[in-house]
Amino acid sequence: MKRVVITGAGTINALGATVPQTLEAMREGRCGISELEFRDVERLSIRIGGQVKNYDPETRFNRQQLALFDRFTQFTMIAAREAIAQAGLTFTGELAARAGVILGNSGGGMTTLDENYRSVYEDGKNRVHPFVVPKLMNNAAASHLSMEYNLKGPSFTVSTACASSNHAMAQAFQMVHGGITPVMVTGGSESMLCFGGVKAWEGLRVMSRDACRPFSANRNGMVQGEGAAIFVFEEYEHARKRGAEILAEVAGFAMTSDASDIVMPSKQGAARAIQGALRDARVNRDEVGYINAHGTGTAANDKTESAAVADVFGGHADKLMISSTKSMHAHLIGGTGAVELLACIMALRDGIIAPTIGYEEPDPECALDVVPNIARDARVDVALSNAFAFGGLNAVLALRRFS
Amino acid sequence: MSIKDRVIAIIAEQAVLEPSDIALENTLEDLGIDSLGLVESIFAIEEEFDISVPFNANEPSESDFDISSVRTIIAGIERLVKEQS
Repeated sequence: MKRVVITGAGTINALGATVPQTLEAMREGRCGISELEFRDVERLSIRIGGQVKNYDPETRFNRQQLALFDRFTQFTMIAAREAIAQAGLTFTGELAARAGVILGNSGGGMTTLDENYRSVYEDGKNRVHPFVVPKLMNNAAASHLSMEYNLKGPSFTVSTACASSNHAMAQAFQMVHGGITPVMVTGGSESMLCFGGVKAWEGLRVMSRDACRPFSANRNGMVQGEGAAIFVFEEYEHARKRGAEILAEVAGFAMTSDASDIVMPSKQGAARAIQGALRDARVNRDEVGYINAHGTGTAANDKTESAAVADVFGGHADKLMISSTKSMHAHLIGGTGAVELLACIMALRDGIIAPTIGYEEPDPECALDVVPNIARDARVDVALSNAFAFGGLNAVLALRRFS
Repeated sequence: MSIKDRVIAIIAEQAVLEPSDIALENTLEDLGIDSLGLVESIFAIEEEFDISVPFNANEPSESDFDISSVRTIIAGIERLVKEQS
C-alpha cells in the first residue's frame, strides 16, 4: 500500500481567509463566532454563528462565476486555490486523467434554495433563474473544482451530515493509498447561514444563543459555522520526487455506523471508529498525543465522546490532549472535519495544540484534558480527528507527524 | 429604449460585448453564447418584459420561438410583448 501525505492546504472560515490566518487565530484562542448578518435574521431566535465576515464575492469571482457559484462553492474555490498553489501541482496529461476531487458537503446551496423559495413563495414570482439547479446541487463545488484544475479522475461529493468531510477525505486517502491515483484533492465546505438554514436548525432546539462551550459543564448547545477547507493528498514517493513540502502523513481511518438513533450519538459507535482508525494506521493507543474532538458543545455529544475516548484509551486517556476547535470556528457541518484537520496539522507540524475556548466549568462527565482556553506547546506524533454525524455515521482519521 | 435595443442590451451583456458590436444577422453561436447562456438570456428577457417565452432547451427547433439570429429573437419578443400585454 502507498503512503499518503498532505502537500497542500487551503481554507476560508470564520477565523480567517487563509490557512496561516486560521492557525494564528487558533493559536491565540480567538473566537470567530459573531452576530449573524443576513436578511430576516430578526425573525430568528438563534442569531450567532461562525459567519465569514468582510467577504466580498465580487472581488473574488467574475460575473459568470457568480451566476453559477453558491456561497459553498465560492468557499471551496477559494480554499482550493490556496491548497493547490501550496502543493505546486499542475494537472496535465496522465496526472490530470488520474487525479480527482472528493468533497464533503451536507446542505448544498442553501442560500440559493432560500433566496429562490423566498422569491416564488413570499414574493409570488413565477420564474426563477435558470441556474438554480446547477447552483444548489451538492456536487456543484466538486464539479467546478474539477473543471478549474482539470481533475479528470474519480470525483464526487459525500453527504453524511457532520461527518461528510471526514468520509470524503477517507475516500480520497483510500484512493491514493490503494494506488488508484497519485493525487486527490479533498476536503469539504458548507454554507447554511441563511434564514431558512438557521431556522431549520432552530427547530431541533440544540443550538446555543450565546456561545459554543464544548466539554464545559455550562455548555448549552452548538453554533453553526460556514466555510471550507481543501487539501491535496499525495502519494509519498510522488511528493518526494518533486521535492514537495509535506505537511503531515495521513496514516489511516475508520468509519462505523451506530445503527441506533437518527440524532442521539452512541458511545459504542464512536469508540469502534476510533479503535478502527488506530488499527488501520497501525498505531498504538499510547502514541496518540492529540485528538481534535467532534466536540459540538451539546450535552449529549460531549459526554458520549468523552466516554468513548476513555473506553478506547484507558489510562492513556488522561495523558492525551483533546480539544474542540468548534468553540472558535463553530460547526461547519459538512465542512467541519476539513477545517478541523488544520488543527491536527498544526499539532503535528508546529507542535501547537489549539485550545477549547469558552471553557468555564469542569464537567465530571467530560474529565479529559481539553486544553482549556489557551493553546499549548507539545510534541505530538499521532493525531486523530473525530466526526460523529447525525444519523449515527462516524468517521475518524489518523494523522502522523512527518519526519 | 425600443424593444430591439433592450433585447440587444441583454444579448450584449450575456456575450460580454458592447451593444454596438451586435449585428442583427449574428447567431448566438457567433456571439459565443452557449446553451446555458441562451437559457440565461431568455430568463433575462422574460424578466425585462414580464413575458413568458415558449422555449424548450431540449428541442429548440420545435419551440414556437425562433432563436436562429438576433433579428428573429427580436421579432419573436416584439410579437410576444404584443400578445401578452
